[in-house]
Amino acid sequence: MLSNISNVVRVGVQRNGVAAVLSARTYADFTAQASFEIKKCDTHKLDEAPATEVVMTREEGLQYYRTMQTMRRMELKADQLYKQKIIRGFCHLYDGQEACAVGIEAAINLSDHLITAYRAHGYTYTRGGTVKEIMAELTGRRGGIAKGKGGSMHMYCKNFYGGNGIVGAQVPLGAGVALACKYMGNNELCVSLYGDGAANQGQIFETYNMAALWKLPAIFVCENNRYGMGTSVERAAASTDYYKRGDFIPGLRVDGMDVLCVREATRFAAEHCRSGKGPILMELQTYRYHGHSMSDPGISYRTREEIQEVRGKSDPISLLKDRMLSNNMASVEELKEIDVEVRKEIEDAAQFATTDPEPQLEELCNHIFYNNPPLEVRGTNPWTKLKSVS
Amino acid sequence: MAAAARFFIRGANSKLPISGIGTGAQSSFGATLLKLSPNCNPRTKTQRRHAAHFTYQPDPIPTQYGPTQKMNLFQSVTSALDNTLASDPTAVIFGEDVAFGGVFRCTVGLRDKYGKDRVFNTPLCEQGIVGFGIGVAVAGATAIAEIQFADYIYPAFDQIVNEAAKYRYRSGNMFDCGNLTIRAPWGCVGHGSLYHSQSPEAFFAHCPGIKVVIPRGPVQAKGLLLSCIADKNPCIFFEPKILYRAAVEQVPVETYTIPLSQAEILQEGSDVTLVAWGTQVHVMREVADMAQEKLGVSCELIDLQTILPWDVETVCKSVVKTGRLLISHEAPVTGGFAAEISSAVQEECFLNLEAPISRVCGYDTPFPHIFEPFYIPDKWKCFEAIKRMINY
Ligand SMILES: Cc1ncc(C[n+]2csc(CCOP(=O)(O)OP(=O)(O)O)c2C)c(N)n1
Ligand SMILES: [Mg+2]
Repeated sequence: MLSNISNVVRVGVQRNGVAAVLSARTYADFTAQASFEIKKCDTHKLDEAPATEVVMTREEGLQYYRTMQTMRRMELKADQLYKQKIIRGFCHLYDGQEACAVGIEAAINLSDHLITAYRAHGYTYTRGGTVKEIMAELTGRRGGIAKGKGGSMHMYCKNFYGGNGIVGAQVPLGAGVALACKYMGNNELCVSLYGDGAANQGQIFETYNMAALWKLPAIFVCENNRYGMGTSVERAAASTDYYKRGDFIPGLRVDGMDVLCVREATRFAAEHCRSGKGPILMELQTYRYHGHSMSDPGISYRTREEIQEVRGKSDPISLLKDRMLSNNMASVEELKEIDVEVRKEIEDAAQFATTDPEPQLEELCNHIFYNNPPLEVRGTNPWTKLKSVS
Repeated sequence: MAAAARFFIRGANSKLPISGIGTGAQSSFGATLLKLSPNCNPRTKTQRRHAAHFTYQPDPIPTQYGPTQKMNLFQSVTSALDNTLASDPTAVIFGEDVAFGGVFRCTVGLRDKYGKDRVFNTPLCEQGIVGFGIGVAVAGATAIAEIQFADYIYPAFDQIVNEAAKYRYRSGNMFDCGNLTIRAPWGCVGHGSLYHSQSPEAFFAHCPGIKVVIPRGPVQAKGLLLSCIADKNPCIFFEPKILYRAAVEQVPVETYTIPLSQAEILQEGSDVTLVAWGTQVHVMREVADMAQEKLGVSCELIDLQTILPWDVETVCKSVVKTGRLLISHEAPVTGGFAAEISSAVQEECFLNLEAPISRVCGYDTPFPHIFEPFYIPDKWKCFEAIKRMINY
């Protein structure tokens, strides 16, 4: 609240305060860290709750800003390439939900594990994939992160298990990975993400039970963006309190548009897991700006006003930006500079993704089985006999 | 004929008129999802690699079932469902987003016309959808469930194979769910990649107790779907999604049925029998023309239509006459339904065969992303197989 008020004041100051003055500032002039009051999480079966007053350093803020901007710009570029028919097939964009990915990653380690559904571009990036590799996967090129064989829904990298097309199917896998963490005793954990629509799949409940029964270090995250395709949560779920739907699993309902809320909640959840208390569930209340996929304009089952309202009032990037500016943690110019750099990175990646060659035909058959010697693939046509290696 | 194909290739986004069924504001959601079919955007003109791998040939206008109206495949499905809801007060339709018309618009307008207690959305839970449908059916109502894509039918596999298919048998005929029909969009669509392209009919063909049906176009779709709904066995009805808009025919407005388990001979011939279903029928039509023109080979083309239980007699009679058989489907070759046909024909027609039975099918790979044009059993591969059989 306080920060919101100071927001207004500072922005006003900056508009009047001339740019020359600002650019003359040195790093020493910026506030190195500030504390923020964040929205309280609703809790389920928990005695404690994540803190509501949190500290963010300038470095962290700049990093979150850059990462979220990169994700946003990447998706907007994908949108553009899709409309130019350079990206084809199914393509689900993540813009609007950036605070979820960035907040989660800020509170776990890269050595922890993560699995999600098909809305995977953002997580592929935060897990260590490059914009180039992601864009080239979208266009089905050799330099793609899955060698151009997966496309939008299927991206993977170290400790990131995808990129999964079947709604809900990734959640039990995540619990399995969590078992491996527990078994290895390395204090790692696994985050399994799914949507509000996916939350109604039976296997999610099977997984809750296993995870609780065996006290697995699993964080289940329901990214509630209010819709599963065209169906709003109220029309699909008998209870929209997704954070309570693990029943015997403790849960948190988190403002998924605020990167600091998500970070703090994830920190709390990770500690819960690492201290051996077993699984925990987080519902991140978020919003997707785009339609479900590229073929859905996203306005037949929700109003344009609704989208505008979210964009205007709770955009995760604007929220962070305002906080930083109003607390003198960064200058407008500096953030603009980041924007320019991000834009350039995206443009370069797009250039790569449109010029990199397609995978060779042999790739069509590779990686079906593990086999040695190569396996002759049945059915391949009379002119080219293809073999499969892995 | 070519006009229909051209419509598809140009990919006009305009909606074909269908009277009697209102298109609510919601419907554009489904319509736009259909842009996933390869050629629904005007800009594709320059992108030749996106061209469909077949030319759609409409059926002749049926005269025996009363007045007809121009419909594409999704509209003929809607029309069948419309007739059913009108004549059968127990009929209900449910599935993911069906109340808004479904992603392929097959149920557009039906909720408004018949009420939200008869046409309703389910949560995202395929196993639940089918299990629920079995219960609705066993209690005596007509249950029509939609699975959003055939690729998503696997969570319901157990319900179909273990519950639906065996209900009659295990209860000694006391209970059955013959009133259940499951519809699902099926087959390749140009760029559907791994999880929007599959043809899983062979999995279900291994399961006595259910029927599996696949139409080749709007007239067949309506007649066969109405047969499935009326049939006293649980049926799976797979709809070739690439044809939803591409296939346009004059379809009878009133209810009519086309018998299940009867293959249809689309073209008589003397040298080679071609067997296919769904989209592949249209590929085979072109192959038959090519064989005639380029090789002087006369092909007999059979649309199998019902995969289980299939029409052995029609196929075998044809092979007795021609001595050669080519079967083609999009699903991978190993364990595909062509294998069953091939084996059965070999048993019945061994001495009539002039050449080994040929299969031209999908590769034994997952359904690929950018390599779809290589994967699909296109006309050139089929043509090559005919040449080999003739020269055997
Ligand atoms: C088993 C299965 N059923 C249906 C689909 C089709 N489908 C893809 S995404 C989706 C909606 C999922 O909504 P939600 O879980 O809320 O995720 P969001 O798209 O909002 O990120 C549906 C129905 C699928 N991919 N898998
Ligand atoms: Mg959702």
